Amino acid sequence: MGQETVIELKDVTTSFFSRKQELTVVDRVSFSVEKGETVAIVGESGSGKSMTSLSIMQLVPAPNGKITNGEIIFNGEDLLKKSKKDMHKVRGNDISMIFQEPMSSLNPVYTIGEQLREQLMYHQPLSKREAHEKGIEMLEIVGFARAREMMREYPHRLSGGMRQRVMIAMALSNNPKLLIADEPTTALDVTVQAQILDLMRGLSKDYDSSIILITHDLGVVAELAQRVVVMYGGQVVEEAKIDEIFDKPLHPYTEGLLNSMPKLNDEQTRLQSIPGSVPTPDNFPKGCRFVTRCPYAMQVCTEEQPTLLEKETGHKVRCFLHEEGVGKDGNIDRRSKQTQ
Amino acid sequence: MDQLQHRKLEPMTPNNNHDNLGKHRSMLGIFVVKFFQNKLAVLGLVMLLLIIGSAVFAPLLAPHDPNYQILTARLHEPSAEYPLGADQLGRDLLSRLLYAGQMSLLVGFAAMASATFIGATMGAIAGYFGGIIDSIIMRIVDILFSFPNIFLMITLVALFRPSPFWLIVSFAVLGWMSTARLIRGEMLSLKKREFVLAARTLGISKWRIIFNHIMPNAIGPLIVAATLAVGQFIIAESTLSFLGIGISPPTATWGNMLTAAQNLTIFQTAWWYPLFPGLMIFLTVLSFNFVGDGLRDALDPRVVEK
Repeated sequence: MGQETVIELKDVTTSFFSRKQELTVVDRVSFSVEKGETVAIVGESGSGKSMTSLSIMQLVPAPNGKITNGEIIFNGEDLLKKSKKDMHKVRGNDISMIFQEPMSSLNPVYTIGEQLREQLMYHQPLSKREAHEKGIEMLEIVGFARAREMMREYPHRLSGGMRQRVMIAMALSNNPKLLIADEPTTALDVTVQAQILDLMRGLSKDYDSSIILITHDLGVVAELAQRVVVMYGGQVVEEAKIDEIFDKPLHPYTEGLLNSMPKLNDEQTRLQSIPGSVPTPDNFPKGCRFVTRCPYAMQVCTEEQPTLLEKETGHKVRCFLHEEGVGKDGNIDRRSKQTQ
Repeated sequence: MDQLQHRKLEPMTPNNNHDNLGKHRSMLGIFVVKFFQNKLAVLGLVMLLLIIGSAVFAPLLAPHDPNYQILTARLHEPSAEYPLGADQLGRDLLSRLLYAGQMSLLVGFAAMASATFIGATMGAIAGYFGGIIDSIIMRIVDILFSFPNIFLMITLVALFRPSPFWLIVSFAVLGWMSTARLIRGEMLSLKKREFVLAARTLGISKWRIIFNHIMPNAIGPLIVAATLAVGQFIIAESTLSFLGIGISPPTATWGNMLTAAQNLTIFQTAWWYPLFPGLMIFLTVLSFNFVGDGLRDALDPRVVEK
């Protein structure tokens, strides 16, 4: 693992323009995904993780949203430089995506078979019959016992878990090099969640495909991902291997996220939470974006933005606590009045 | 490989939802059942089929040539020879009524088809693309809406020859706006649905998304609007013909047969003459409205099947 980079984002910046201002929802985001690797993007609602994925697909809601800067290197080519027509070939073929809401992601007026066939025939030179057989095969791969019958069903007759399987089948039908899963299990029952996660893990192993998993559920991350990118306020605040994130998180936000996860063998009855919520892009603090909610906030945090630094090999963090010469004494606690 | 096996053996809990797979009913099946539970809609449909049938088979059903004048039979009362009486030129009213149905229905359907086509396309484009395109199309709609329709129609028809073709064209040009508004609204909500985003992530082109993926979801309201529109166009045709600028005699339409009602003497002495064409217009439009309402209820998933 880790020889071949499938996709690399370099300083990708996406903004929304209103008449008065420019709101940056994805701020110089950089990370990469290797072949066969699953990278999780974690963060609360509004942290910019879904926008990052839409930026990769270049489906940021027009006309207000725009990718203003950066490069997205996929297969050695910058996707942002591709023409619209070429992007149509990339979408659903090289990169495909599954969504949070399996209930509304399938077109209610077409059967599963029609939708699978369209998707296949759009990107591959298949006859209707071939596409039909391939569709059945895909449904079998995602675990439908009665795939042939399933082809004739309308989406409203399927449960959420089944629809999500269909979505996965559609997304994988053209052997994409990269699968973006935007909260694939959030809307599902816990038991079904486990099945879907199992399925995704199995498929990524069998086909050596890369996955970008977008979620706010660290349980899901632990199940699937090898590497984690933590986002906050449109920025990457920490990036590390899965074990390091769980064992020694460096950023206070990651720490907060981990603390707010329920643990089975814990005495504690009350679940911790991070106070407050993600600031909206129009009132990001001047300094560190997490400063308003950070238990370790210092004077410098309110004034300047920390930079994303590689603390250890493969472990990056954006926090003054870990920058040289700042707050080295270890027992920092609300030193808001003091200077560094 | 191990994983693959594992997946296939895994019990499919969600499959239990398929207990009712046996009594599988398609969307069309549900729709048909719901439609036929609505008594007024069925009544409307039956009346409509009778009316359409009588127009189509007019040559077989009509007892007389609709344009053959027998001056001795002028304003003849309804009798065995003339079941619905005769007009001021001695033409059999029943025969004329049957043939008039052909023209009135033809104009109604053709105008509906063209107006719906223009309206749906314009509405879909406006709703999907939004922005400046939307503004331009919707302002055109507003402008056309702000003219009294009847005057515009009179002007348009007067500019060209008052033939069925130009009548249909002017109805289409002036009758597409409400469909456009309707479809634009549907589009605005449908384009936000995730299956549209999903289709886009699958690389499907925008025209295909608009017409193949979104439009079929708006087919329900469109059918309802189209059905109701036929009735309106039949009324519009009758109005223009009544005013003498629609389809000109001797071709019979329900509207130009009603022109007789403008003559007070006829109105007072030969009550049957204006009554039957008026009744036909009334019944036809009423049954279109019943069917339209029935379709609306049947296509609306919120109205549950009993």
